[in-house]
Order: sequence, then structure tokens, then C-alpha cells
Amino acid sequence: MNARYLYIAFQTIVIKEVTRFARIWQQTVLPPVITTSLYFVIFGNLIGPRIGEMQGFNYMDFIVPGLILMAVITNSYANVASSFYSAKFQRSIEEILVSPTPSWLILAGYISGGVARGICVGFVVSLVSLFFSELEVHNFVVLISVVILTSILFSLAGFTNGMLARSFDDVSIIPTFVLTPLTYLGGIFYSVKLLPEFWQNVSLGNPILYMINAFRYGFLGITDINLAWSYFIIVMFIVVLFSINLILLARGHGIRT
Amino acid sequence: MQLALQIEGLAKTYANGFIALRGIDLSVRDGDFFALLGPNGAGKSTAIGIICSLVNKTRGRMTIYGHDIDIDFSSAKACIGVVPQEFNFSIFETPLQVVLNQAGYYGIDRRLAHKRAEKYLTQLGLWDKRNDQNRMLSGGMKRRLMIARALIHEPRLLILDEPTAGVDIEIRHTMWEFLKKINAEGTTIILTTHYLEEAESLCRNIAIIDHGSLVENTTMKSLLRKLQRETFVLDVDQPLGDLPNDIEGLRRIDETTLEADVSRGDNLTRIFTELGTHGIVVNSMRNKSNRLEQLFIDLVRDGRESRA
Repeated sequence: MNARYLYIAFQTIVIKEVTRFARIWQQTVLPPVITTSLYFVIFGNLIGPRIGEMQGFNYMDFIVPGLILMAVITNSYANVASSFYSAKFQRSIEEILVSPTPSWLILAGYISGGVARGICVGFVVSLVSLFFSELEVHNFVVLISVVILTSILFSLAGFTNGMLARSFDDVSIIPTFVLTPLTYLGGIFYSVKLLPEFWQNVSLGNPILYMINAFRYGFLGITDINLAWSYFIIVMFIVVLFSINLILLARGHGIRT
Repeated sequence: MQLALQIEGLAKTYANGFIALRGIDLSVRDGDFFALLGPNGAGKSTAIGIICSLVNKTRGRMTIYGHDIDIDFSSAKACIGVVPQEFNFSIFETPLQVVLNQAGYYGIDRRLAHKRAEKYLTQLGLWDKRNDQNRMLSGGMKRRLMIARALIHEPRLLILDEPTAGVDIEIRHTMWEFLKKINAEGTTIILTTHYLEEAESLCRNIAIIDHGSLVENTTMKSLLRKLQRETFVLDVDQPLGDLPNDIEGLRRIDETTLEADVSRGDNLTRIFTELGTHGIVVNSMRNKSNRLEQLFIDLVRDGRESRA
């Protein structure tokens, strides 16, 4: 199996994944844009001025990075979880399984699809945010690297969900009961320094806190968490989830009997 | 002669304890048209699933054109094309997308993939439907799409798991002709089917599997030679009237129909002669049941009795 073969197989999975979410853009790209716009209007424009400044920035500017990253997280996750589970449900995943495509390449292809949707939605939400806030980039390298690593991480998590899911309910349970609460409690709307010490320590157990703070640093230059520590946490989760998914694929969990 | 497929001691026990395969040995020669038959639940689809890497084997060894599936899985898989029993493509994609994507999974670049897609979709009568959503295709079209998809990387070994199930007679015959053609061009074919006339007319070698064990593995000709008795239905040109009931091997069904049992070593000439002496002319004659069907039933029944 040469590099050209691997490239073509990888490209095929990515094109298929991008075509899928682009075909149903009304379900994949539009809803997060509308939801985030509502956040901008309600929390930023209506309630924000009454809250005042947060760490030296007006409230709208403070929440914009978190809201963009929230859209990236939920869409990366949802894309891979629903696409992989649908392929499993329709058994079209067998098209790849019977081919010589190695497991790591299947995983890489699906993850790239999730990253593509996450970044696509993140970009559109960023454009919309320009109507509400004057976004300035403090550190472009941090901004781009954090958004890519975060979308990789949550695409991997979505893949694990898709592998383990036995019904469409299982695909929606994790985002509703785990992902959304962790995102909301990850410091999108507030600085964790506002919390009592006990809850500050509890918040440190939330991995999303590290990503939001690192991303906010990319825009505003402020963070509650040490940047290197944030990168370490993100990369560690990526390595762990990548390994778990490879093991699940090798065992054929839910896709081979 | 080179072997397309060699299986040694292949066994599968599912997580619920069900034993689907009990250590079967099987060889299929390059260029063969091979039938794998068995009643429902016999283990055929499990065996095919293992060959195609969709089912994890419990034990056993398997090589595809000399490539061990456990050691050199990518070379082994590149040799196989599979048409499964159930539809397993996205209903929201189009036939063209399905075959192009499949080509991509085998590392075939888009330009060549387009050429082959046009070739196989045209040969299978689907080119006009190439941009329709798959959910709009009829059952027969979906089956043909799976054949086109399996052929897109031009495999040396094509495995078809009941490819003509639920397909009308005309399309079934068209598919038979197509399969004969690609076999003649060099593709080895393994076929499972419940239509035994399909196996008899297409296949040169045959294995019968039941309860996870092989009960027969031989050539079609030598299997048919084992047939001890055949029953023919004879249509006569006029009412039988007072034809005697004691002609050996002959039964009256109605006024213009007879059934003749012909044992191995016996022949039909004796019966025709007897009928001729009574002035009865036979207009037409046919097998009461497919010859292979009778053998299949006998072999499966014998196997079950010996196990009991």
C-alpha cells in the first residue's frame, strides 16, 4: 500500500464527509449561526451592557471567543458522531471496511470531516460576530492552533460516540447531558476567577475551560489558565481519544460481529 | 493451478455462544464459478463475512490468492469484491457517488474511476440513473448497483451473497449472462443462492454447508451424478382413458398429465415405448423439481440424520 493509495483513500473519505454536511447545510451550518446570533443579541447587546466589563473588556468582546469555540466544539462533535453512526446504521460503513483502507486512515478521514465542519461553522459565526463586536486578533498562531486542535479533539470524541452508539438516542445523549453543560461551565460567559475557590478548583476538572481560555487568549490576550498547560491538556486528550478509537476500530466494536 | 481462496479450519462462535462455523476447509480455484449453498442459518453468510473482514473469525486460516488475510490484509482485500445480501449503501447518495467512492477506498484515481463507473453502470443498465438518489432505485437496480460497486476495482475474486434475491426473472437472467461474461473474462466467482437452478446453470463446483459444517464439496457434474431418481412430468395429447395403472414408474395425475419416476440406470425409452403401445403421444416433458434441489434436500437431510 503506497502513499498515493493512502492519499486517494483519505481524500475520498474527506470529500464524502464535506459533501455530506454541505448538502444539508440548512441542518449543519445555518442552525449554529442563528443560535450564536441570538447569544450575541441577548447576552451581548441586551444584558451585556448591564454587566459591565470582564477582565478589562466589555462583556460582548469577552464572550465572543467562547461562543465561536462553542460552535466549533458542538459541530465537530455532531458531524462525526452522526455521520459515523448513520454509516453504521445504514451499513454503508462496510464499503470502507471491505477495502484495504487501514483503520487509522478511516479515523483520520472522519476526523478531517469533523474539523472541516467545525472550522466552517466557526468561520461563519466569526463573520456574524463582526456585526456585534470589533474582533481583534491578539495572537494568530494561538488562535488557529487552538481551534484546529479543539475541533480534532471533539471530532475524536464524536467518533467514539458514533462507535459506541446503539441508537440515534445515544448520539444525542452525550451532547445534551455532557457536552453542553461542560461548555456552559467552561468559562464562556464568565471568568473562573469570579467563582469561589472551591468551584474554581472544580472547574479545573473541565477540559473545555482550557480550550476556551486558550482561544480567548488568541483574541484578547487574556486567560485564566497557563497557555502551555492548556496545550498539554488538549494534546493529551487527543492522544487518549485517538488511541481509544483505534482500539475500537481494530476490535470492530459495533461494526464487525 | 493457483487457488483464489483457501480456507483451513475456519470456525466462528458468536458472543451469544451460537456456533456458526465448526472448522470448515474449502478451496476455490482461480477462474472458478463456485456455488456455496446451504439452508438459512447454515453459516454461508458468516463464512463470506469472514472472507470480507466484516466478521471476526474465532480460529482458522485463510488466504486470498496466496495472501494471508491475517498477515497481508491489504493485498488480500484488494483481490476481493463483495456483493452482500442486504443493501449497504447510503440511500442519500447517487449510484455514481457510490461507485466513485468505492474506487477511492481502493486507491483508484478519479479519472480512471469515472471511466470504470461509466463502463460498469452502463453494462448493468444504471448509467441513466447515475445521478438519481439511491432511495429512488428499484430493488433490482439496487442489487445491480452493488455489483457495479463490487467490480469498480476489478477484483480477481467476486463474492455474491444471494445477488438475485427478490429480482424479477428477466433481470435475473440478464444478471446471469453478465456474471457468465465476467467469469469468462477471468474473474473467479463465489455465489450463494437459494435458487438452485441458478447454481446449476452457472457454477462448475459446489460446496453445501449446514449447521456450520461442509456436507458436500465437489464438482457440479459429480454431484448431479449422485442423483438416484428423477421425476418427470409428461403432458399427453389426449385423455388417458383406460390406460392401465400398473405401468412401472408411472403415475396418473389427471386426464392429460402423468408423472414418471426414473431411477438411476433406468431410462425414459421404456416408458415412452409402453405409452406408445397404448397409442399415447407425449407432447411435452419437464423435470418435476430442479435436480440440484432434490440432491440438496437429500444431502442436508442425510447430514442432519447422521448428526442426530
